[in-house]
Amino acid sequence: MNESRDSIKDIWGMRTPYKGDWPARVDQRTIEEPDHWVQSACVLCSNGCGMDIGVKNGRIVGVRGREGDRVNHGRLGPKGLHAWVANNSKDRITKPLIRTNGKLREATWDEAMDLIVQQSKDIIEKNTSLGIGFYTSGQLFLEEYYTLGVLGKAGLGTPHMDGNTRLCTATAAAALKVSFGSDGQPGSYTDLHTTDAILHFGHNIASQQTVLWMRILDRLAGPNPPKLVVIDPRYTDTAQKATVHLALKPGTNVPVMNGILNLIIQAGNIDKAYIDAHTTGFEELKKIVSAWAPERVEEVSNVPASRLRQAAEILGTAKSVVSTVLQGVYQSMQGTAAAVQVNNLHLIRGLIGRDGCGIYQMNGQPTAQNTRECGADGDLPGFRNWSNKEHVKELAALWNVQLDKIPHWSPPTHAMQIWRFAESGTIKMLWISGTNPAVSMPELSRIRQILKKKNLFVVVQDAFMTETTQYADVVLPAAIWGEKTGCFTNVDRTVHLSHKAVDPPGEAKSDLDIFLDYSRRMDFRDKDGNPLIQWTTAEEAFEAWKKCTKGRPCDYTGMSYAKLTGGSGIQWPCNETYPDGARHLYTNGVFNTDINQCETYGHDLDTGAAVTEQEYKAKNPAGKAFLKGSDYLPPHEVPDLEYPLWLTTGRIVYHFHTRTKTGRSQQLQDAAPDGYVQISEEDAAKYGIREGDMITVASRRGKVTEPAKIGGIEPGLVFIPFHYGYWDNNKRSRAANELTLTEWDPVSKQPHFKYAAVSIIKKEEDGTFKKIGKSIETLTEKLKPQEV
Amino acid sequence: MHIGKYIDLVHRTEKDLADAFKMVAKAHRDEVDIEQTCLLLSSWSLQLADTMKPVANRYKKETDREPDRLTKTLLKKARKGSMAMLRDLHDLYLIVNEVLVCCTILKQGGTALADEELVTVCEEIERQTTRQSSWLMTRMKSAAPQTLIVAHP
Ligand code: SF4
Repeated sequence: MNESRDSIKDIWGMRTPYKGDWPARVDQRTIEEPDHWVQSACVLCSNGCGMDIGVKNGRIVGVRGREGDRVNHGRLGPKGLHAWVANNSKDRITKPLIRTNGKLREATWDEAMDLIVQQSKDIIEKNTSLGIGFYTSGQLFLEEYYTLGVLGKAGLGTPHMDGNTRLCTATAAAALKVSFGSDGQPGSYTDLHTTDAILHFGHNIASQQTVLWMRILDRLAGPNPPKLVVIDPRYTDTAQKATVHLALKPGTNVPVMNGILNLIIQAGNIDKAYIDAHTTGFEELKKIVSAWAPERVEEVSNVPASRLRQAAEILGTAKSVVSTVLQGVYQSMQGTAAAVQVNNLHLIRGLIGRDGCGIYQMNGQPTAQNTRECGADGDLPGFRNWSNKEHVKELAALWNVQLDKIPHWSPPTHAMQIWRFAESGTIKMLWISGTNPAVSMPELSRIRQILKKKNLFVVVQDAFMTETTQYADVVLPAAIWGEKTGCFTNVDRTVHLSHKAVDPPGEAKSDLDIFLDYSRRMDFRDKDGNPLIQWTTAEEAFEAWKKCTKGRPCDYTGMSYAKLTGGSGIQWPCNETYPDGARHLYTNGVFNTDINQCETYGHDLDTGAAVTEQEYKAKNPAGKAFLKGSDYLPPHEVPDLEYPLWLTTGRIVYHFHTRTKTGRSQQLQDAAPDGYVQISEEDAAKYGIREGDMITVASRRGKVTEPAKIGGIEPGLVFIPFHYGYWDNNKRSRAANELTLTEWDPVSKQPHFKYAAVSIIKKEEDGTFKKIGKSIETLTEKLKPQEV
Repeated sequence: MHIGKYIDLVHRTEKDLADAFKMVAKAHRDEVDIEQTCLLLSSWSLQLADTMKPVANRYKKETDREPDRLTKTLLKKARKGSMAMLRDLHDLYLIVNEVLVCCTILKQGGTALADEELVTVCEEIERQTTRQSSWLMTRMKSAAPQTLIVAHP
């Protein structure tokens, strides 16, 4: 065993203060001495830390951070150091399974794939390929998404394809498109080295991207530490380091941001020259935010006017600002509108496109950026605009298919609508890859009903049996990270290549091989009768992808597997102009809003109504960024007499998603073995609840029973982590999403996990509950100092 | 002068629209975005009806008899199912666009009369009604292929 530090107890490790550069610190955890190391990167969050996989006798025995990688300088967090053990887990799926007489039984690949192909063909014959939908992930590799995108769009011709990225990162993409004309993160992680102020908005970075937080902690420990503004309803680890913490009421992100922008504009802390030269819409924005004096913001959001003023002072006067945004914004009311206000902050101050001035519209998952780039989320690959005929033509030429084969007649179907079509019975086959909707989607009782439907053929492609595979008609065993080769891209556009280190268990195959196999069996052809997809390896898929990105904002043409091997990850765009990648986008203040370049013509932020080509032409932004504002719209469900409290959901540091991997690491699991409900001291006193008491939380949609964890949260609000489902404990209802709402943002279509009205009832302690309560008491003790 | 009749027509139609959007929201509440957006757009129509009140009052004497109603033949009651949903959105779209036509006509009259208040009201109605219309069009376009092509179970 070689462990450089105990990352469970000491999440962020020793400080290495920033003094002109960020010192390296190599974190490692191996259980045996590897006989060789294989280059990779971590897939447990969107930070994308470079890591090597240690291999001994064909098995993974550990990992270490890559010292020379630009993202982490050797560091790894608890998930990165521990979750790899899931690869070796005994309960991996090793053979395809087919449901016969109500039970899943082992089958051959031929049987399983033939069944899927037969179903596909039957559906297409009766209903066209509009009867088939794909629900994929933010955890596959770029090459896999691109292959899926091509087979869906040019093979089947279905618009029904999206990722679970709809739940985690759709608003990041939408907000970037709204302001800058296309997706693509403008900033670089290196901005944190020099910035004077940092805004964390709905983003508990200390817990979610631990290594990125280490960068910030090291700045805070060095000379000239940046000032931190944190907007979050909970007193998180991140909030504890804040210069100013704005603990707002759920659903009030827009009023708070409007208030901050208003103060900044009133104080004249804007860059008039930048606004005039590089943006459009300032007067309109000014008018909207001018209605939000600090006192009015306080009334609506509970954020004291004086604190709002302090935040606006910092964000309005700092010479450079980095902003990070995540689920507290994306998964709440007016997600896109609120995220756009952060872009606006940077635009009106001219703080974009240079060192120290990054906007990170964070992604949740490690490869979510690629789901978006490659078109596996329904967008067209390479950030192309589905309503721009020229863009569709480019793809038709690239894939050598008829233009009308590619579904471009209406917007791609977003995940929430795909599930709705499945519910109403017009999607008849749903192919789920690398995700576990029976725990991660909102309103789980509804999702289970849909998955159970007799006339819905469900294919699930995964490494483990999950709450979702229970409902599958076919289960395909998938190889995961470490067992296959491919690339993925993080939040500062750094592309890493993860090499195959070991063989997958049993008959498991990479998602790429599964998609290629399907494509072959379906006999997808181009218009000359040649096979539509001609690549057979990950590297060939990457080369095909490069062609697709040529001349687009996410240009990969300057990269190759060789170039990505050996050193650090590389940021796109990487092409002739930027052979080593580019740190920032929009360095010259020219944005991707030109009508021929933009990824979308835009939407009404309140309704989602699409702007037409003609309307866009009339606006003619021609490279200027859009400043768009929105007034406050109250949440659709608010506490009332029957359900008097707000519920919000989120993550904890030791787990990722539904714990299919992290739950299989003994250390991570021991560190956070069960869900809980966090309530304020005030509410605990009011309801007579003690730490560890089992309490039932109910909403209009379901109930869960969780141990209580008291403190660190505003009165009137309760928090439940969303990781816990039933695969390892089905004794009680405990998945947070039993309670959440089926509704979504009008522009990004991201569901609202961050608010719902709930009631709580203290359970009488009968034998069983008492026992659970006890083991939880030790857990909460352990968690207390680290995780709120 | 007939201008009062047009003002009254738009005023009544906005009130009718507020109800119609609500009715569609209720009938198609399984389509969550339709329910929520229709309720929002209903509130806009109500707001517009309010905005019109002062001018409507001013020109009241112009209206001698019960005028036409744009909603007379449309949207008697909302129906269930995806085809019905498409038809309901389609009906709403037609009414909303009638309002837009009326508004253009009214604005001409208002401008000729140099009635600034009326012109401002017309512009506000145009702005919000265009947004209603765009959403209806967007939503119909996205619902159409699935509704028209795929068989329902
Ligand atoms: S910060 Fe994210 S990418 Fe880095 S080690 Fe932790 S989980 Fe992995």
